[in-house]
Amino acid sequence: MVTQVVLYMMVVFVGTGGELFVSRAMKTIGEVTDFRPSAIARVVGRAFMLPRMWMGISLMALAFFALLGMLSVSKVSFVFPSTALSYAAGALGGKIFLREKVTPQRWFGVLLVCIGVVLVFVGKS
Amino acid sequence: MTQSSGLHFKTTVLILIMISVAPLGDTFLGKGMKQIGAMPGWAPADLFHFFFRAFTNGTIWIAIGLLLAFFIAYLLVLSWADYSYVQPASSASYVLIALLAHFILYEHISLVRWAGVAVICIGVFAVGRTSPRTPEHHSW
Repeated sequence: MVTQVVLYMMVVFVGTGGELFVSRAMKTIGEVTDFRPSAIARVVGRAFMLPRMWMGISLMALAFFALLGMLSVSKVSFVFPSTALSYAAGALGGKIFLREKVTPQRWFGVLLVCIGVVLVFVGKS
Repeated sequence: MTQSSGLHFKTTVLILIMISVAPLGDTFLGKGMKQIGAMPGWAPADLFHFFFRAFTNGTIWIAIGLLLAFFIAYLLVLSWADYSYVQPASSASYVLIALLAHFILYEHISLVRWAGVAVICIGVFAVGRTSPRTPEHHSW
């Protein structure tokens, strides 16, 4: 049980931290307007030159290992919806660290996502 | 096409790609990890053995391929759209995950859990109706 809780926390919070770093790195690169494969490859190449991108990928890799651990014992239909709690962490992180303007409507959506996650937990048995 | 509708269009296309390939990848990941069995413990030798078995499993690699495709679409959309928009909008994939888990992995999903998935989707819809990009910000 303790192992499952630790793995869950890692997936939600370490994963969200990683995604915030990746988001910040991609904003540094700037908006992608050319979708030809060579242009996409250049953008990805530039992104991988950024320390923030590597920090983000490292944290996301750690969260991925924790996810594998969770999936080895829990159902897919439980693991993925339950980790939607990261949406609340993400909205909060977006507001605090990326200074994104999270509108009341967006907060309302995040609240619904959280209620849905609670129902997924309640419906586990 | 106006700049705003163009922004919405390319955001929608990439999010559709994300919510198509990610559930498939997640389903393969779940299937592969069930073949591996439960994580034995936190000892380094146990972890090494566990992850070695995971990363020598073909199903896991199919999942990783699909999740890499998701990640590239994710990187591209994050180059212009807010993280707090993209993240919840892409959670629509949870419906597909539940359906794939039910029909491919034969998992029993209770009514309460289906209700939870439905509420998550309504939340996603609420988020999806907001603008994908808010004014410039960045503190770090």
